[in-house]
Amino acid sequence: MTATSAVSTLDQVMERWEPVIGLEVHGQLLTQSKMFCGCSADYIGSPPNSNTCPVCLGLPGVLPVMNRVAVEYTVRSALALNCEIPERSKFDRKNYFYPDLPKGYQISQWDMPLSLNGHLTFTVDGAEVRCGITRVHLEEDTGTLQHAGDILQQARSSVVDLNRAGVPLMEIVGEPDLRTPAQAREYLVRLRQILVYIGVNDGNLEQGSFRCDANISLRKHGETGLGVKVEVKNMNSFRAVHRALEYEIVRQGRLLDQGQTIAQETRGWVEAKGATISQRSKEYAHDYRYFPEPDLPPLHLNAEFVDRVRAALPELPQQLAERLQRENGLSAYDAATVTAEREDARAFESLVAAGVPAKAAANWLMGEVARLARESRTPLPGSGLGLEGLASLIKLVEAGTINGSTAKELLEELYLAGGDPAAVVEERGLGQVSDQAELERLVDAVLAENPAAVADFQGGKEQALQRLVGGVMKATRGRADARVVTGLLRDRLAP
Amino acid sequence: MSWETVGELGARLRSGETTPAQLADHARSAIESLASLHPVLRYTGALTEHQAGRAARMLAESPEQAGPLCGIPFAYKDVLCVEGVETSAGSKILEGFIPPYTGTALQRLLDAGAVPVAVTNCDEFAMGSSNENSAFGPVGNPWDPSRVPGGSSGGSAAVVAAGAVPFSLGTDTGGSIRQPASFCGVAGFKPTYGRVSRYGLIAFASSLDQIGPFARSVEDAAHVFTAMAGHDPRDSTISPLPVEPVATQLARGVAGMRLGVPREYMAEGLEPGVRAAVEAALAQLEKLGATLVEVSLPSTEAALSTYYIIAPAECSANLARMDGVRFGLHVDRQSLTDTYLETRGQGFGPEVKRRIMLGTYALSSGYYDAYYRQAQKVRTLIAEEFDRAFETVDALVCPTSPIVAFPKGDKSDPLSMYLCDVLTLPVNLAGLPGISIPCGLSEGLPVGLQVIGPRLGDAQVLRVARAYEAATAWHTQQPPPLPAASEAFA
Amino acid sequence: MTLARDQVTHVAMLARLGLSDEEVERYRQQLDAILSHVDRLQQVDTSQVGETAQVGGLVNAWREDVRGECLPAEKALANAPKRRGDHFEVGAIQE
Repeated sequence: MTATSAVSTLDQVMERWEPVIGLEVHGQLLTQSKMFCGCSADYIGSPPNSNTCPVCLGLPGVLPVMNRVAVEYTVRSALALNCEIPERSKFDRKNYFYPDLPKGYQISQWDMPLSLNGHLTFTVDGAEVRCGITRVHLEEDTGTLQHAGDILQQARSSVVDLNRAGVPLMEIVGEPDLRTPAQAREYLVRLRQILVYIGVNDGNLEQGSFRCDANISLRKHGETGLGVKVEVKNMNSFRAVHRALEYEIVRQGRLLDQGQTIAQETRGWVEAKGATISQRSKEYAHDYRYFPEPDLPPLHLNAEFVDRVRAALPELPQQLAERLQRENGLSAYDAATVTAEREDARAFESLVAAGVPAKAAANWLMGEVARLARESRTPLPGSGLGLEGLASLIKLVEAGTINGSTAKELLEELYLAGGDPAAVVEERGLGQVSDQAELERLVDAVLAENPAAVADFQGGKEQALQRLVGGVMKATRGRADARVVTGLLRDRLAP
Repeated sequence: MSWETVGELGARLRSGETTPAQLADHARSAIESLASLHPVLRYTGALTEHQAGRAARMLAESPEQAGPLCGIPFAYKDVLCVEGVETSAGSKILEGFIPPYTGTALQRLLDAGAVPVAVTNCDEFAMGSSNENSAFGPVGNPWDPSRVPGGSSGGSAAVVAAGAVPFSLGTDTGGSIRQPASFCGVAGFKPTYGRVSRYGLIAFASSLDQIGPFARSVEDAAHVFTAMAGHDPRDSTISPLPVEPVATQLARGVAGMRLGVPREYMAEGLEPGVRAAVEAALAQLEKLGATLVEVSLPSTEAALSTYYIIAPAECSANLARMDGVRFGLHVDRQSLTDTYLETRGQGFGPEVKRRIMLGTYALSSGYYDAYYRQAQKVRTLIAEEFDRAFETVDALVCPTSPIVAFPKGDKSDPLSMYLCDVLTLPVNLAGLPGISIPCGLSEGLPVGLQVIGPRLGDAQVLRVARAYEAATAWHTQQPPPLPAASEAFA
Repeated sequence: MTLARDQVTHVAMLARLGLSDEEVERYRQQLDAILSHVDRLQQVDTSQVGETAQVGGLVNAWREDVRGECLPAEKALANAPKRRGDHFEVGAIQE
């Protein structure tokens, strides 16, 4: 079969062609107010057009006034991404007509953005990837449009809600340094993690506070030039990004294999079809006619300002994971898991500070506690038990006062309801039976009551031991250490 | 008609001889009698009554605290937003627009107890030099109704010149206060850029626009400026520096001052009558003790081109919001694009369309460097030349306009209209304060003397103007009575 | 250089100004005349100067991140030419 008649798979395409992927992320900033006016930046759930004012409505005669914290958050993000912060930057008007853009221009940044030349380093499949960051800049979000029937291309009318118009939006442009969909996905996961960690974005892809567009082209391996770039939009989850890029690689690869040229266009990912669809507009191409925003004086961010923001930067997840490995002897895997979400990392550090061994803290947090938090929709800090209670509980296990299964039951019981684990153990006599003599007495009793099992075990059936262990555990109402009991039984039964 | 100053009216209010409501009524009647000039588009309705009542209370309860503008009737240009009052920017595209907010400058006047009576006619979106670009009909000059009052604030100049109100508000982007002041024989003051908040001013060119007063005396203009000026958190381009107390500077005279006369402003192109009146005014200033010094502003000639790139560029973006979606004219079509095209095609007049297209062109891909960027650089040259001049002189004096009021319809060629502003627009490009005050008549039509100051030198400008005014009587002249309605030009 | 007809239609479209053929020609002539004059700018030597985008000399004109008052939806929609419920309505976008 020739290459043109066979339907190439992703792997086959990638043998012949190298994908070149650049990602553009827009993240809404967690400020109190909008970028240029005092309306709330927290618009989700507001009734339509109730979170607006003359400024963000773009009425005649209004003027923008910059939100200082939005600038700070953007600089903070840029520093977390290793960017340079030029002393001078400014805003520009990006001019185009669309109903969700009230002024007919978006206040954004063009040729003098807040930051440049950063990078994000991460690991995929054991290999380190360093993706350059071209720039991080600040702009305002648009309103939202709803189309009659939901599909833009067929809608005879649409409606506009300007609640979101003017919310501060940070744009992070990545260099086209990514080569596989897996790398792209990991880049996004890392980027989102950092932004959430430093408190500037809530990382919510579904609600649109964290959005991603991709630019992808193919070239022959070894080439340094760039092929025709296709922009891909409308990917609302990391999985969608992965699937969309895989789809594009195959689509473009097949076309190129057939000797066709790739159309430079924008394509939208359609989840239901598992494909990208061309959004090529019949309208005139956009000429944004950028020019400096006359209503906003430029920014001069001196070294003092930048240093102050840098000093306030919290420890980044990667650094934190490395430190936990170094200081607490966690494995790379555990360190990564525990630092994946900032709340977990905080909880972890608090437990360790309270005297809980690192490994145990990690296991409990990422195991039972994570499960309970998910099921009850209550995070640990907001639960009845709380960090303090959990620390106390884990320490009881580590000290041998209770065994693992007792601890799990207690956790389940006290998580929402609250209570002092040590006190409960005391009250109900849940303490582990660890008195050697007591255990030996119980072991002897069980052996006496189960001659058949004894005979079976001595006859070579290992499983019979478990029945005997079970008997002792039952006699202690589950409060013995199973390993110790097993050891004692073996001793007794040894020939 | 009432030819009294703010001070004189204030005295009559405080003595109880009259009330704010009565003054407002007289103003309204006076404006009605000017109907043939068409200087006003609408009355401010309930707001007038409300403010008159408020002013009366202020005068009764705390007369010492009530400022000079308390109870004084005034009119303002149709580009200033006041909550609940229709503001149309002289345009069909904003006809019926009722702002849900009041701009800062106007709010300060209202808080000072001033009583708005009417909204004045103007060139559409403040674009024009003759008030012939209003979508609602041109304005006539009180001195000769067949002639233009100047623009774009023609209506505001006319109501003051005709004695209907003691002051009015206009806006100046390239000369739109000073030039009509010159054509109508009144004082018209453009503050330093950044002295008066633009919040509430329907933007034409954001880096050039300023709100300012028309009045029949420099002192009245100063009162209005003082009431409006100063920092506003809603305008990022406002100067944070405190406003100089203008009143104390006003009477200092010009003795010992050095006044520069820009050579390029006295060159050819001045009508003989204008030249004569201005030269006489300069001589008068010398008699008052000022030293006149010739200065040069070599980039003056380039200023027109610079302005007609930058202003249209900014306005092309500022007017993009008139799209028929949230307010204003909406011409319904099936597709959004056609709605935009028809709404804006029908809603904007020719001059506005010309400037939008000029500005869009100057910013468009491939032309940005040659036009917009180059203009911004020449602008630097112009500003620096003024700065250099002010190193050796305290203020500049020159004509406001090379010509006097011309007949309606005379300048149908756009470029010839633009040339009216050659002596005023450099001042906007540099962001400087400037005033025009009457300095004579040429064949029965007013001539204006312009005083230009360094940035934030508003007090200085007013001081020079006041010194000249105090020594002459041009500011007291009144236009001849209007022809009876049947003889009036439409 | 003379302004071409298609340059005028292009610019008119960028600015969403609907023009008749007659208007296109009329504006073409007028804009051409204005641009010819404005082209004089090219002769000015600006090699030694930077651009002035702002005359005020201000920098860092920001405000604190505090919430202010909003308009109630009724007021926000009060001037809306076409409304559906509490939304602004527009025609077919068809991008």
